[in-house]
Amino acid sequence: MSSEAPIIRVRGLRKIYRSGAVSVEALRGVDLDVPAGEFLSIVGPSGSGKSTLFHIIGGLTPPSAGEVIVAGRNVSAVGDAGRTELRRRDVSFVFQKFNLLPNLTARDNIRTALYISGLPSDRFDPAFETILDLLGISGRLDHKPSEMSGGEQQRVAIARALATRPTILLADEPTGNLDSKNSLAVLEILRDLNLRLKQTILMITHNADAAAFGHRIMHMSDGRIVETPS
Amino acid sequence: MAFRLVWENVKFRPVRTLLSILLIAVPVMLILTLEGLSQGFFEDSARRAKGVGADILFRPSGTTLLGSPGGAPLPARVVDKLATQPHVVATTGVAMQLIGGGFDSVTGIDPASFTRLSGPFVFLEGHGLEKPTDILFDEDYANQRHVHTGQTVKVLNQDWTVVGIVESGKLAHLYVLLPKLQDLMSAPDKVSQVYIKLDNPANTKLVMDQLKAKFVGYPVYSMADILSYYQVSNIPLLQGFIDAVLGMGLFFGFFVVALSMYMAVLQRTREIGILKSMGASKAFVMGIILSEAFALGLGGTIVGIAFSFVTRWVMHLIMPASLPQAIVVAWWPIGGAVAMGAALLGALYPGMIAVRQDPIEALAYE
Repeated sequence: MSSEAPIIRVRGLRKIYRSGAVSVEALRGVDLDVPAGEFLSIVGPSGSGKSTLFHIIGGLTPPSAGEVIVAGRNVSAVGDAGRTELRRRDVSFVFQKFNLLPNLTARDNIRTALYISGLPSDRFDPAFETILDLLGISGRLDHKPSEMSGGEQQRVAIARALATRPTILLADEPTGNLDSKNSLAVLEILRDLNLRLKQTILMITHNADAAAFGHRIMHMSDGRIVETPS
Repeated sequence: MAFRLVWENVKFRPVRTLLSILLIAVPVMLILTLEGLSQGFFEDSARRAKGVGADILFRPSGTTLLGSPGGAPLPARVVDKLATQPHVVATTGVAMQLIGGGFDSVTGIDPASFTRLSGPFVFLEGHGLEKPTDILFDEDYANQRHVHTGQTVKVLNQDWTVVGIVESGKLAHLYVLLPKLQDLMSAPDKVSQVYIKLDNPANTKLVMDQLKAKFVGYPVYSMADILSYYQVSNIPLLQGFIDAVLGMGLFFGFFVVALSMYMAVLQRTREIGILKSMGASKAFVMGIILSEAFALGLGGTIVGIAFSFVTRWVMHLIMPASLPQAIVVAWWPIGGAVAMGAALLGALYPGMIAVRQDPIEALAYE
């Protein structure tokens, strides 16, 4: 784990969702520092605000108040284009439902991510080939998601997320749709990537065993961080 | 990569893609078929007018070149009078009566004078007109009506005996003796128009000027004028009709693509969310949607062009004489522009929906 300045810095973060006359305060003043290279697990019950925090850090939705700085970008001060740029350059997502483009092969899913990020997409560089080997999907690249198991799909999703060399990998319940064997494999891969590549990882999970793979576990409840043991 | 993404999207739902292409192809086919029929009709008319072998056409006063003479208002003695003009070597007066709802006409000719201008008929079957109830068919019309020599046919509520089938290309599809048709038209000793052959085509303008001076009020046309007049643009009503079909094509294509792309955007809500989560900009998402619409429009154009060949084949099979359809290559880009324009316009609203989609909601879409 790095001791450099935090790659994610959150101060007084609030998020209010409004639907007509109804307002729901999803985040109620969150402060958080994540050093570069950390593998942070965020746990909490449904409605605790962990997904909202994840979405704001990933630039999928703007905060209502507070300051959020991700990889040197002040997410709270930029508009839609700025958040799009953040997603293109600095953060990548791994979702519970894999979210691979169903009509494309694994290779083309990865190439699409590279293309959107403005990186060469014709061929993969040797370093990335090594990651594909590590993920164990080198031989499955020409298959479509419907031709793969859940574990394979999630490993392709991780490969796609890492292809653009993101500063931060955001994993939202990455083992939620997998059996225990595949869950363990994915978690070990994430830990391995963190160790080998010094990849900063934020992982949301309900599962305490899964959370234990992180360097640190942060608990959330009712829109607040309630416990952050070191 | 963007091309591959678009191509895979188009391929991924083949039924939707095929239906969209077919529906876009329909207006393209309609446009090309209508224009092809118009051009084909004019080309056929021009070819047959040229086949008369005349240099000048003399018509009754108050008529226009492309309008029907409306019976036989010209006294037949005009034919003889015109024959005495300087540089004129032959004249023939013909009577014309529309049949078949205005698509066709039967032409009364004087075989001797007609042959002097156009040369002898080439008979594929039978012989020339001899009796008042004889009728000649050209090969196109004979094929259309499945007629052979010896058969009796009903034209103008009269029974006629088909005595010959001739090579097409000389003025008419159906020929009868001039006096018989004059009688049926209640216009004895009158003709619809007169064809004039000169000693030298170079004298055409000179003779036309002389005729205009001598026969004031009677329209006189050179054959070159006639051939150049056979254009769709010279018939305001037809041009308007074609414009209306173009508009309908645009309208129809617009709604087909709008509906198709709207469905596609709904079906791919999650995929749009995935693209956005990877950092795809609004322009990128809109570009994908418009590129797909362009591909559908292009497919519709190609299929529409192919369909116009099918309609030509069907027309030729059913009505080769009455509905000759040309393949007007010059109109392919126009048909294509209508299809593409409609497709792109139709994709704009669904594209806007896709662009505005909230990535979180899109990712949660089932």
